[in-house]
Amino acid sequence: MSWELVAGLETHIELSTKTKIFCQCTTEFGGEPNTHCCPVCIGLPGTLPKLNRAVVEYAVKAGLATNCRIRNISKMDRKNYVYPDLPKAYQISQYDKPLCEHGFITLSSEKNINITRIHIEEDAGKLIHERGDTYVDYNRGGVPLVEIVSEPDIRSIDEAMEYIEKLRLIMKYIGVSDVKMQEGSLRCDVNISVRKNGEDAYGTRTEIKNVNSLNFIAKAMEYEFNRQVDILESGEKIEQETRRYNSELNITEIMRGKEDADDYRYFRDPDLVTIYLSDEEIKKFKDDLPELPGKKYSRFVNEYGLPEADASLLIKYKNVAEYFEKACKNIKNKKTAANYILVQIFRRLATDSEKEEFNISIPPEYLNELVVLVEEKKINSSMARNVLEKMLDTGKPVKEFITDEDMKGIDEETLRKLCGKAVKANKSAAAQYLAGKEKALGAIIGYIMRETKGKADAALATEIVKKLIRQ
Amino acid sequence: MKLLSRIKYINNLLETGEVSCVELTKKYLDSIEKENKILNAYVKITQETALKTAKKVDEKISKGEKLLPLEGIPMSLKDNMSTKDIETTCCSNILKGYVPIYNATVWDIIKNQNAVLLGKTNMDEFAMGSSCETSCFGGALNPHDIKHVAGGSSGGAASSVAGNLAVYGLGSDTGGSIRQPASFCGLVGFKPTYGAVSRYGLIAYASSLDQIGPIASCVEDAAIIYDAISDYDSKDSTSRGSRTKTANSLNKCIKGIKIGIAKEYFEGIRDDIKSSIQEAVKVYEDLGAEIVHVDLPQIKYALPVYYIIACAEASSNLGRYDGIRYGYRTSFYSDVDDMICKTRSEGFGKEVQRRIMLGTYVLSAGYYDAYYKKAQKLRGSIVKAFKNVFDSCDVMLAPTVPTTAFELNFTSKDPIETYMTDICTVPVNIAGLPAVSIPCGFDDKGLPIGMQLIGNSFEDAVILNAAYQYEHQVKNKIYKQTDIGVRI
Repeated sequence: MSWELVAGLETHIELSTKTKIFCQCTTEFGGEPNTHCCPVCIGLPGTLPKLNRAVVEYAVKAGLATNCRIRNISKMDRKNYVYPDLPKAYQISQYDKPLCEHGFITLSSEKNINITRIHIEEDAGKLIHERGDTYVDYNRGGVPLVEIVSEPDIRSIDEAMEYIEKLRLIMKYIGVSDVKMQEGSLRCDVNISVRKNGEDAYGTRTEIKNVNSLNFIAKAMEYEFNRQVDILESGEKIEQETRRYNSELNITEIMRGKEDADDYRYFRDPDLVTIYLSDEEIKKFKDDLPELPGKKYSRFVNEYGLPEADASLLIKYKNVAEYFEKACKNIKNKKTAANYILVQIFRRLATDSEKEEFNISIPPEYLNELVVLVEEKKINSSMARNVLEKMLDTGKPVKEFITDEDMKGIDEETLRKLCGKAVKANKSAAAQYLAGKEKALGAIIGYIMRETKGKADAALATEIVKKLIRQ
Repeated sequence: MKLLSRIKYINNLLETGEVSCVELTKKYLDSIEKENKILNAYVKITQETALKTAKKVDEKISKGEKLLPLEGIPMSLKDNMSTKDIETTCCSNILKGYVPIYNATVWDIIKNQNAVLLGKTNMDEFAMGSSCETSCFGGALNPHDIKHVAGGSSGGAASSVAGNLAVYGLGSDTGGSIRQPASFCGLVGFKPTYGAVSRYGLIAYASSLDQIGPIASCVEDAAIIYDAISDYDSKDSTSRGSRTKTANSLNKCIKGIKIGIAKEYFEGIRDDIKSSIQEAVKVYEDLGAEIVHVDLPQIKYALPVYYIIACAEASSNLGRYDGIRYGYRTSFYSDVDDMICKTRSEGFGKEVQRRIMLGTYVLSAGYYDAYYKKAQKLRGSIVKAFKNVFDSCDVMLAPTVPTTAFELNFTSKDPIETYMTDICTVPVNIAGLPAVSIPCGFDDKGLPIGMQLIGNSFEDAVILNAAYQYEHQVKNKIYKQTDIGVRI
């Protein structure tokens, strides 16, 4: 019997506004414990929150970028629960009037994962267990979050991964979050159930709380899928419950059952006023949105004629895509520029985060100059490769490494003469070629390139040499 | 005889050098030292700060500089307003030892005017109560008769002013906590329109109802204080500031203004109080006001609506007192849940626990719709009803409390019966309207009777002027000096 996985994700993403959601404290990651705090974000008696309008703007942009409808009138609510990292014993969040609703993200299969809602809320502090004691660091408390809730439209771990990756990329593109998973700026609650293939009704779901890396999300989903299938196949029932992922043992374990489910006693926060968003404002945010990764991908493929693999690699990192666009300006064959980035430059950036940063020594305009020279056939590709390495090493422009003489190239007459000389000097290679050994030509062409210090057009030289030998 | 603003009078004494601010402050401090043992108006006396400020004021005077309206005036603050470096407890064991690191906006404002803070005043624990007796320090007594309470929750503030241990006090009013003690102590108590005075730094009881205001010995003083503290504050999202300076508009003739009387306000009111108000009505008629009868049947819902909303908000607002960051923490516990549970059980008094439980209940899944949601709906209809009433009148006149000051320990007997005594004061908090309580007579025991003037939203100046006209018509018949404290 085969089983189908059904999952929905609640994704929490930290917004990269300069200040926190309800006070003027910095949102910067790290810092000595409890140094990014003030009376408001540690909830001292008598303090009041003041909504940072930039948070609303960022969240609305996130909503617009994921095809959501934006509410003109919205409000903040209190979610009451007791935990030491929550200094007011309530989290200010949004309950029944979230800023954004009814959106979707399209996967590469063209399937849509629907987004139920996106709302804004404050993050909590962090517990630190040390020397047998527990301490609280409130630096993170009050950092703005969006919670993006998907419908239970996800049917495989791959879909879940792609959904999160797409979400992440969109947030980065529109500049509302750095989405650094290692700093906890993207965390997921996974709602998961299984059903027999072909069944319409959903099975009983469990929720896995607060999984904080893509890898863990995949592993937690896999474990939980198998656990639920095992239970059902042995004739037992799934309990609706909240679980946590234990990364050391790679299992999910129960946190609390349905009967212990929190009653958050949501009610409107009387300290905060109604949030109004005019249609003009929403339109302005929409107009401000940059080109989104999906659209950029299609443009790279359809207009630039890039292979799909190249296009998806380029758009995967916002900085890379932007760099590429500048580097390939006024160039007909965009693939040339893409190649330099994806091969030579990427070779220097080992990790994902290095590519993400794309901190390289030359500006895109320098690369553009080089590609133009290649396209105008002023230098050949092997020379260009060498020059690019030197540019990357030093951060200096093309003209530092190429003289006007170099750029003249070798005229055809000179090349012909040189080719004749080369064939004479490599008689045995020429004989081998005639005997059918194509590779033997390498020795002759190598000779020509050496003589011309790489300036010769290798393709043209090969053509001439072949003719000469046959003659 | 013209009734004089005590604040203006003292301001004049200081500027003319008849008394120095330090001398004056010492007088008050000496009286507090002597009388507070009995009245229990203050729970913290800030002698050093007071004298330091007084010295500053004297230096200014010696340079011949003009004083600001509240400069050098000795005053008191209710203990639920955050004062930097001065312990602030809300008269709860759970906040004992808590010394704030920031100032409430109102305190910042008057501190900048060199107001002389004598101390923090007694109150019902977290402002929950009508007698000041839920205070962990014990109740504040009524200077008119110490067998009676000063009222609540701002009982200490009223006691400090009626006992001449402060020229004025700042209190807070969530369901009558300024007006009721002012009424019990024969003073003027003014609850401004919600949003007129910043709540930043006011330790919340019920955020959508709480409002800071003055308790003073005459209307003009209340107006002067209100003008000083009613600034827009960017730190409070619900702050809107005041539209007009009220003290300058106290001499407006009230001929032709319409005073609304709703019979619903007079149900269950003691007869002597009813007749005192009847006399006040006559005074207003003499002044040329037109009395109109208005209907306000919705106020029969005010009390349940108030207790549901106030307790719901309180249950959330008071969740933060867990013993982790500040205040009281239990000594013995097994884990963090046990610690929080014991800390709260030991730190909060009975009334506070009762309201937290009530509030938690009405917000709980399965009960929310029947209680909280319904209360919010009714709140809307009460707001609307008041709006309609103010289409046909300018101000409303009503009793402040159905009785005069309770005898000691009255409120501990039956909480519901005590809640009922808030019937006249809670409607304006629900509607966010301004109301001022002023004395209008005495009962047969000589205890003050109060009445309140209720105004439309942000028409604080209108009710203060109406109160002022009455006060000046009846002159000092409504005021009785107690023989306690500082004589000026």
